[in-house]
Amino acid sequence: MLGQLMFDVLKLTPAHTMSTLVVLGAITDGLGLYEPLIEFAGAGATVPITSFGNALVHGALAELKRDGWIGVVTGIFEVTSAGISAGIIFSFLASLFFKPKG
Amino acid sequence: MLKGYQSWQFENRPVITSTATVVGPEEGRGPLGNTFDIVHEDMRLGQDSWEKAERTMMEEAAKLAVEKAGLTQEKINFFVGGDLMNQIVSSSFSARTLSVPYFGLFGACSTSMESLALAAFIVNSGGADAVLAGTCSHNCTAEKQYRYPTEYGSQKPPTAQYTVTGAGACVVRPQGEGPVIEAATIGRVIDMGMTDPFNMGAAMAPAAVDTIEAHFRDLQRGPEDYDMIVTGDLAAVGKRIADDLFEKHNIDMHKTHFDDCGLMIYDRDKQPVNAGASGCACSAVVTYGHLMNQLRKGELRRILVVATGALLSPLTVQQGESIPCIAHAVSIESTT
Amino acid sequence: MANEKKKKLTPVQQQYHDFAMKRSPKPPVIKNCFRAFIVGGTICVIGQAIQEAFVHWFYFDEKKAGDPTVAVLIFISVVLTSLGVYDKIAQWAGAGTAVPVTGFANSLCSAALEHRSEGIVLGVGGNMFKLAGSVIVFGTVAAFIIAIIHALLGTGGTG
Repeated sequence: MLGQLMFDVLKLTPAHTMSTLVVLGAITDGLGLYEPLIEFAGAGATVPITSFGNALVHGALAELKRDGWIGVVTGIFEVTSAGISAGIIFSFLASLFFKPKG
Repeated sequence: MLKGYQSWQFENRPVITSTATVVGPEEGRGPLGNTFDIVHEDMRLGQDSWEKAERTMMEEAAKLAVEKAGLTQEKINFFVGGDLMNQIVSSSFSARTLSVPYFGLFGACSTSMESLALAAFIVNSGGADAVLAGTCSHNCTAEKQYRYPTEYGSQKPPTAQYTVTGAGACVVRPQGEGPVIEAATIGRVIDMGMTDPFNMGAAMAPAAVDTIEAHFRDLQRGPEDYDMIVTGDLAAVGKRIADDLFEKHNIDMHKTHFDDCGLMIYDRDKQPVNAGASGCACSAVVTYGHLMNQLRKGELRRILVVATGALLSPLTVQQGESIPCIAHAVSIESTT
Repeated sequence: MANEKKKKLTPVQQQYHDFAMKRSPKPPVIKNCFRAFIVGGTICVIGQAIQEAFVHWFYFDEKKAGDPTVAVLIFISVVLTSLGVYDKIAQWAGAGTAVPVTGFANSLCSAALEHRSEGIVLGVGGNMFKLAGSVIVFGTVAAFIIAIIHALLGTGGTG
């Protein structure tokens, strides 16, 4: 996958790689190309982190259509709220009950 | 005393009367597993944080070394120690528990020999009757502070090194039974502009070579004067670079046995350590365990331990700074 | 960026840099890519399976099934992280486990676990987004800019 090449060849840290991929996903969607990719690959396109960027743009654009300019700001997290909320809640609970294993 | 430009020759020959080593499970499974005094099966040692576990190991090693020397804590004049944590908390908090007058040092992974050299210096000049030198590191505290959370799934490149979980301590006195500290060379900070924190061996190798050359120059010696020369934690990559650097500088290291603690402590084929070991405890537990045993038995006559340290912090790495490195060498002689 | 850094080095440092690089093992790029592809693909397949399951058994439509799928994957990832397994898989799989949404959950959860000893508020609360924060920040900023561009062009929303 693309991410591995970025790790090894460009020597980027995981955080840099992820951020770049998210921006890539957002740009792809901005050009209207991500939707066809999802049609084609299903979860192959929705599970990777690029779809997070895609979802952010999607939310923004959907609200923009409905509510006008203010929608750009209110809509960004609309679609991704499931992923972020689930991540926060589960991680918080885990930290209460588990200790790092090393 | 001062010999040449940056070396000390200890004419009163301070004695390492006792040593103690405490390690974690991965080190216990390694090839030197049976040379350590205490092997913990639990990385956490029953404590509720990694930091406390590291501190506990330091305290155990210190107490054991004092006990083995046939002393009590009140008889120790000074404790010289350091570790990898921010504000060297592990050593300072151990010193609190021991309630012994204390020097806190930071030399990253070179702290083991830095503390031993200073302990020898204090004893040699009549400044103390018994000095405790020790250092510790813990794989998880180091990962947490210098890299990512321990459970974070990031892939490590083959040049990465595995921080040793352990603590090593020794007691240095003017007289007694045991190997003597005969000379020491304090290294300069060398920065060759390496920036990859996952390739510390390559960053540290020039520092080790520089210190060893300085040692030979100051004391007018060569590799043939030592049965063994060990570096602290260069691991596979750094060791190879050091080999080639010596060859380039026309120093024939084949006249001695040149090895690296970072390669001795683990079995790299079977253990998930990539290039080898690193950490303060790496050179400390190998020297105070395995090497000291051989010196006591007289299997080795004279060795040079060169502990290498990378003086970086996560902040300087993120700001794109290169990694300055240092190495300190201590020559230890067998008396049997 | 690499070139910029090299320029700052003195000739001696430059020489040593090349000297050291020749002696450092390179990451096995092809093997790593292959593994990443396999593992990343497997995670996506699992995701697809979960999505299908939601569509078939819980009568979600194709679009709505995406959210619970992501939540389930995150849950699995958090459990594996808590059990100390995720980082072992990741050493083998590299970007294969980091790029999918499970990697996002892993970065949240590992930071939360690790800093639990500093307390719940500052430790867990303050550090949870230590690694994942940049993803959200850049994603949000990028989405914002793109949405603005769309709004200016008047193409407002493709989906």
